Amino acid sequence: MAIEVRNVDKRFGDFVALDDVTMTVGDGALTALLGPSGSGKSTLLRIIAGLETPDSGQVVIGGEDVTSSAARTRGVGFVFQHYAPFKHMSVHDNVAFGLSVRKRPKDEIAERVKELLGLVRLDGLAERYPSQLSGGQLQRMALARALAVQPQVLLLDEPFGALDAQVRAELREWLRRLHEEIHVTTVFVTHDQEEAMEVAEQIVVMNKGRIEQAGSPRHLYESPTNEFVMSFIGPVNRIGDAFLRPHDIQILPESDGTGTEALIERVVHLGFEVRVELKLHDGRDVWAQVTREEARQLELTEGQILSVRLPAPRVFSS
Amino acid sequence: MPARGGGALGKGLLGIYLTALVLLPIAALLTKASSGGTSAFWREITSPEALAAIKLTLAASAIVVVLNAIFGTIIAWVLVRDEFPGKRIVNSLIDLPFALPTIVAGLVLLSLYGKGSPVGINVAFTRAAVGLALLFVTLPFVVRSVQPVLLELDQSMEEAAASLGARPATVLRRIVLPSLVPAIVSGVALSFARALGEFGSLVLITGNLPFKTEVGSVYIFGQIQNDSLPTAAAVSVALLFVALVVLGLLSFISQRQSRHVL
Repeated sequence: MAIEVRNVDKRFGDFVALDDVTMTVGDGALTALLGPSGSGKSTLLRIIAGLETPDSGQVVIGGEDVTSSAARTRGVGFVFQHYAPFKHMSVHDNVAFGLSVRKRPKDEIAERVKELLGLVRLDGLAERYPSQLSGGQLQRMALARALAVQPQVLLLDEPFGALDAQVRAELREWLRRLHEEIHVTTVFVTHDQEEAMEVAEQIVVMNKGRIEQAGSPRHLYESPTNEFVMSFIGPVNRIGDAFLRPHDIQILPESDGTGTEALIERVVHLGFEVRVELKLHDGRDVWAQVTREEARQLELTEGQILSVRLPAPRVFSS
Repeated sequence: MPARGGGALGKGLLGIYLTALVLLPIAALLTKASSGGTSAFWREITSPEALAAIKLTLAASAIVVVLNAIFGTIIAWVLVRDEFPGKRIVNSLIDLPFALPTIVAGLVLLSLYGKGSPVGINVAFTRAAVGLALLFVTLPFVVRSVQPVLLELDQSMEEAAASLGARPATVLRRIVLPSLVPAIVSGVALSFARALGEFGSLVLITGNLPFKTEVGSVYIFGQIQNDSLPTAAAVSVALLFVALVVLGLLSFISQRQSRHVL
């Protein structure tokens, strides 16, 4: 089901959480709401779910205006940032909750729960309690619980925020595959641009309660329409009002007179990628991103003076 | 290690403190109660008047704790979840029954709900008065044990249940109440213990009519006045025994319920 948000405003006291937000999420799409904390992304997600009421504007799910419907009637699966497990219930009962409030027959529930626990790879843990699960397992249980009622829309609030790096990477990959399998319209909130780019098909960048830009990860990276998106998505060098990407700075093998002179202040090896911190002849600091191989061939060392070619910088009118 | 030394010191202090304040008095009470032998003990606690007093105490306490469980939870809910002017004042009023000397509470209740009541309700010298006085003095227990738990309760659990299709009543019954049960039970246990032993607030308003409004503690007081200490001790032991059994049972229920929550 497609989701449409039209001209939504939301204030909490004096704080403007959402300011005239309009966005569309296509049927079956996997979308990230990306922004720094306080940008309104979680509030927008909660408004779509019906956990928060907008001050004005509309929420339309699958062509139906649900702005004034209660959360329980929206057919939305919601995965909370800290998973919100029902602590007094077993994993089985957690996942079965949505079905049991719908008064489905016992054996149908049992079968569906078994199937879902298989899908989220928690088979054999049905009788455990939330306090006996790890963060990653709780996350998957919360997902199974949300999916049990076959929601039209799946919403996830900072789904990987509270997990350690390795589990995080695994779950990202897994969420992506899951989405390919079940194709439910999915929106997740994140403040991590790498996570958004890796998982989502579409990214909506938010800042201070407004949508800055929406589009595919590649589109946002290559054609940011403003300063905020340029500096939020991907690494960036800022020179006055101009922006340039570190990997667009070319380090030349020899001074041929066409480049700009620069002093290498520091070379940081980050595995495949090498970060070269440079001071340009006019005193400005920039950094360039090169591969390990390039760094080796150019024999980059700290204190060396060489010449670099700067790309045409981007300037945004504000 | 200092931590270990401190631990041993702490345990020692706890032992001495508990022995002096709780164990020795109870031992003395048991000695006194059993001074006449088992059959005398049994006779004392099954005498019609003693039995009536014990039964009234237990029945009144049971009714009072059930009402406390219900209204205490509702009051705690309103104080935590609702906003209204004067909420802080109402919140501090809850503790008033703790602060007031119980005999004063009894006096206040008598002048309000006794003969010539300004509100037109006269329950003086009836069993309703027993319940009323006990409700007053035990009001804070459930409220004060449920309140902090409710404050800490993760509201996203309720939101999760709602987004899964649960109606508000279902959310309350299946999500909120089960999380509150341990706190309600511990408030109930405290209320019950307090109600069993309550004396001051009852002695004026109930009139202490044997077989009608005389509760255990007042009966015991009467026996002490009549110099029959063994009788007083025997009835005390009976009440103590009931209190122990009930507290044990409630703590079992509470642990069962909170096993996975903590």
